[in-house]
Amino acid sequence: MYACLHAPGNLPLLLECARFFSPHIEEIDEDTVVFDVRGLASLFGPPEQLAEAMERRVGVAANIAIAANPDAAIHAAHGRRGVTVIAPGREEDALARLPVNLLCASAGTAELLELWGIRTFGEFAKLPPLGVAARLGEEGVRLQRLARGDGGRQLRPIEDPLQFEEAMELEYPVDLLEPLSFILSRLLNEVCRRLGARSLATNEIRLLLTLEKAPEHAVMVRLPVPMLDPAGFLKMLQLELSGHPPAAPVLKAKLAAEPVKPRRTQQGLFVAMSPEPEKLELTISRLRHLTGPDKVGAVAIVDTHRPDSFAMRAFAPGVGTCQGVGAPARLSLRRYRPAKYAQVVLERERPARISSPVVNGAIAVAKGPWRSSGDWWSAEPWNRDEWDVEATHGGLYRLYHELDSRRWFVEGSYD
Amino acid sequence: MGTVAQLREIAPGFLKREDKGRLSTGIPAMDQLTSGGIARGTLTEICGPVSSGRTSFLLALLGAATRQGECCAWIDGAGSFDPQSAFDAGADLDRILWVNCSGNTEHALKAVDLLTQGGGFGLVVLDLADAPERDLRRISMASWFRLRHAAERTGAALVVAETAIHARSCSSLQIEMKRKRPVWTGKLLHGMETEAESRKHYRSQTAEFTALACLACKEVG
Repeated sequence: MYACLHAPGNLPLLLECARFFSPHIEEIDEDTVVFDVRGLASLFGPPEQLAEAMERRVGVAANIAIAANPDAAIHAAHGRRGVTVIAPGREEDALARLPVNLLCASAGTAELLELWGIRTFGEFAKLPPLGVAARLGEEGVRLQRLARGDGGRQLRPIEDPLQFEEAMELEYPVDLLEPLSFILSRLLNEVCRRLGARSLATNEIRLLLTLEKAPEHAVMVRLPVPMLDPAGFLKMLQLELSGHPPAAPVLKAKLAAEPVKPRRTQQGLFVAMSPEPEKLELTISRLRHLTGPDKVGAVAIVDTHRPDSFAMRAFAPGVGTCQGVGAPARLSLRRYRPAKYAQVVLERERPARISSPVVNGAIAVAKGPWRSSGDWWSAEPWNRDEWDVEATHGGLYRLYHELDSRRWFVEGSYD
Repeated sequence: MGTVAQLREIAPGFLKREDKGRLSTGIPAMDQLTSGGIARGTLTEICGPVSSGRTSFLLALLGAATRQGECCAWIDGAGSFDPQSAFDAGADLDRILWVNCSGNTEHALKAVDLLTQGGGFGLVVLDLADAPERDLRRISMASWFRLRHAAERTGAALVVAETAIHARSCSSLQIEMKRKRPVWTGKLLHGMETEAESRKHYRSQTAEFTALACLACKEVG
């Protein structure tokens, strides 16, 4: 079954209504759309109830027709006011009274039909097919089939550009996050609905806020895995906006999502559990909001000898594999960030006493120095002597002496 | 008959905790002490003074857990986590979520609450070893109970490192670490001998292990 909506000057509303019912929509002209409604009986009931649902949804006075083929539905919507439901096999009777000019014949054919006194679909349909073919040719045969309601063409659906964007201009400037959240929720729901209709997800949400007397405020949420959860996106945007609020009241919000294929994984029965990526991303956003943007993630060791060099990366653990057990216990260092300044007394060129915020008193054992240096060609060179010391109370510490500044620091404690 | 005995008769499973398995610590002596490793779905406390081997034990546990494919989280109260030490302990750094709370104990508690409530992590370490004692004393029993309940519900092994026991009845295992002596070899700090005592066990047990310094890495610096 196919449905046709016809309302002069209301194409956007007709398209919005059609998209609610079907992804396969053909735009006939500036006032008419036709779309596939097969398989909607289980959702909306018989065609009459479906037509009522369309009438409620479209929101303007429109001619609505449902028929077994697109052409019959289009002609019925063009020629009959209100709602028309044509049962399969009854197209010829239903269309019989429509004026023949709805067939959009060529000028010559239209003139001939006028001369013959053919005014309606029914009169044209009753003409002998062989005679029509002999006098009007191929066009006449095609038009007569249409007049009988026997359209056999396929729907030519419009292709939506793969741009998932929604925007809303506000009637008055909004300066609070809570009312803005309602607007963002609506935009996200619409974008996610459109993504879902195409079986897509997104891994990047971009929000552009036009502000009152201030430059635009852009927010970007990047996700390690594709997601389609408007509530989760909303929470992430709220956390971003509360951490970095716009400088002025918001006049317009524009939201765009990058479409990607959704994530499909098959977990093994004996694989160790891991956090759900969608839930994990929201948790990490909350943690970043709590501690700071560069304080949460997976850590990676950088290829340098500079002490305490590492890089923070996004935490995306993937599927875990058992690599067996092994490796003896290693002596570990607890770092002080930044290193604690210390005053050190030397005896025979070895640390003998220390005074610092973390350790004070005599040093029982001091082993070193271990000299290291690097990056002398850059703006941040390092050049130092390291010592491993045992305080008299038993604590083990790593000290270092900066050779350029001649200052001592406690780098960390062995624990 | 006492109340507990009555409850046992009325509901035999009332006081039994579901055994969700154990995470090997990676140190045979500690596995023996803990009857096979740290129990999943429980709160375990590791306490001890500076240089008592708490971090070495926790990083060994972290290394063993990540090698078994577990996702782990390290909530770092003081920001003292050393990635190189974790790597030397055999940990897969890609499977560790590090949350650096930069000395804010309240943030650390909120972070561990978020992560344990979310679920999916096999091991969650809350490192409060450098947190001020006054901050730790301010943590209410209700907070510890909430964390224990979250660990029970999600099956995560929640391990807290401190200088002294604070969760009391909420922790199912308490291990007290004591430093024995450092091992020096010439100019090198070769390792550190540590004694661990399991408290809150049906009988007090002790174990000893030596954490060895990763000399090759140290000499490179």
